[in-house]
Amino acid sequence: MKIAVCIKRVPVMDVRFRIAADGKSVDETGLKYDVNDFDLWAVEAALQLKEKTGDGEVVVFSLGPDAVQEQIRKALSMGADRGVQLKADRAPADPLSIAKALAAELKASQWDVVFFGKVAIDSADQSVGPMVAELLGLPCVSAISSLDIANGRGTAKRELESASEIVEFPLPVVLTVDEGLNKERLPNLKGIMAAKKKPLEVKPAQLDAGTVNVVAMELPAERAAGRIIGEGAAAVPELVRLLQTEAKVL
Amino acid sequence: MANVFAFAESRGGELRKVALEVVTAARTLADATGGGEVHALLVGAPGIAGKAAPLGAHGADVVHLCEHPAFANANPEAAAALAAQLLKQTGARAGLFPASAQGRDLAPRVAAKLGVGLASDVTAFSAQGDAIHAKHPTHTGKVIATLALTGTPALLALRPNVFTPKESAKAGRVESVAPVADPAASRVVVKEMRGGGKAKLDLSEAPVIVSGGRGLKAAENFKLVEDLAAAFGNAAVGATRAVTDDGWRPHSDQIGQTGRVVSPDLYVAVGISGAIQHLAGMRTSRTIVAINKDKEAPIFKLADYGIVGDVFEILPPLIEAVKAARASRG
Repeated sequence: MKIAVCIKRVPVMDVRFRIAADGKSVDETGLKYDVNDFDLWAVEAALQLKEKTGDGEVVVFSLGPDAVQEQIRKALSMGADRGVQLKADRAPADPLSIAKALAAELKASQWDVVFFGKVAIDSADQSVGPMVAELLGLPCVSAISSLDIANGRGTAKRELESASEIVEFPLPVVLTVDEGLNKERLPNLKGIMAAKKKPLEVKPAQLDAGTVNVVAMELPAERAAGRIIGEGAAAVPELVRLLQTEAKVL
Repeated sequence: MANVFAFAESRGGELRKVALEVVTAARTLADATGGGEVHALLVGAPGIAGKAAPLGAHGADVVHLCEHPAFANANPEAAAALAAQLLKQTGARAGLFPASAQGRDLAPRVAAKLGVGLASDVTAFSAQGDAIHAKHPTHTGKVIATLALTGTPALLALRPNVFTPKESAKAGRVESVAPVADPAASRVVVKEMRGGGKAKLDLSEAPVIVSGGRGLKAAENFKLVEDLAAAFGNAAVGATRAVTDDGWRPHSDQIGQTGRVVSPDLYVAVGISGAIQHLAGMRTSRTIVAINKDKEAPIFKLADYGIVGDVFEILPPLIEAVKAARASRG
């Protein structure tokens, strides 16, 4: 089984972001970075699939500056076999540009499964996985929360709004991973040591100009400061009154 | 004159509310750019034709209708091929999709087929000369990006529950269209649909959400949250990640950074402390109520109306008071 996983380096989100002086990017000063949450679950899905089939290779791809090597190494320390950095100053705003660069690299090999996380929590596009599938001419199942692959075919569950669907698909396939499919393993010391010796190839990303550009970034309007209207059951009548007369939602 | 394409999402033979939102938004954009035509695409199993009228009534000049048994469930391969062809044939300046579970699967495929970019989860847009500008929350809603789309067509997936459906004076005509790719030959096939009955209001469409956290102490106590939602009558039930991780509620109920992002008129947080992960999913709710025993809980910094106290003491009288308020309103 030959498995590719595409991962993204994203800022850790528990901070108050600032807009950079150019007015159209996030100020990176002081930010910490990690592998995108959904991409960790994609790596885990790839590793579990390799373990189940008993042979094969898991290759991790990431597009971006040299700093993304830190995230590739994390995936290698979890158990992936080798990594490829598609070198670029930054990930562009146009998801199709990213998809084209990844597809150009992925099409050089035959993959049984190409995994993505459902969405990158920074740019929040949720587009690159299905775009890559389309560019490679592969079937695609996005946002899967269960997965079973055997004998060249697979079954997966997708969560919809208040519903879910069970889908069947042939291999090769592009899958994007939602929360709930698995819990990622933590790298152990042995894995971290082994990852340092695993191959990590660096290639230039073939990026076009794209048709989507960021022209501005801003912080959302602050909510008015919170208000505590009372304590215990005694506050219920006042809450109902406010919902009726002030918020007008009841 | 700029034509605008709109994908009208349906499920189980019924239009979804997002279909009317997307068609209304397409009408707005067409009118703002010289009064071109709105071309909606509706696919479904035979019989879906009977659901086309509301699309015309919300501003579609033409409803392109494709009925096929293999469109009974979502069929993104065949739907994407058809959408891409219609976008080309109608010379559309823009193509609008819902940023729903199905729309976010479909729109990127169409974008790749046409070789154009896509703005996802769009909360506002405008025509700016030759470009279309779209606002798109990033970084778990903590940053708002304005994107300029310079490709033709410009593709946008619109966040549900943001664009209000509005009836239009025009009445559209329905035209049958043949599939481009055989829907029965799609490689990915939906074998089964679970849930989704009309009775259950979805988080993305509900005007009111009652959401529970660890403060409820046990799965069975979610009955209080469900009862409060039932008292409002138009409410859906949500949960925090801690609760879905513990299996008290399904993952699909999770509101937050890695779950659903919602913006209802009223969000009632019950026994939720307000971890950053959760706030990312509900901070744009219009009115927020928080009930929590810890007065230092971060949720109170966001709440328009906070009550400090034991949820087990507060919810029963609140449920009765909400019922009474609705009954007296008639």
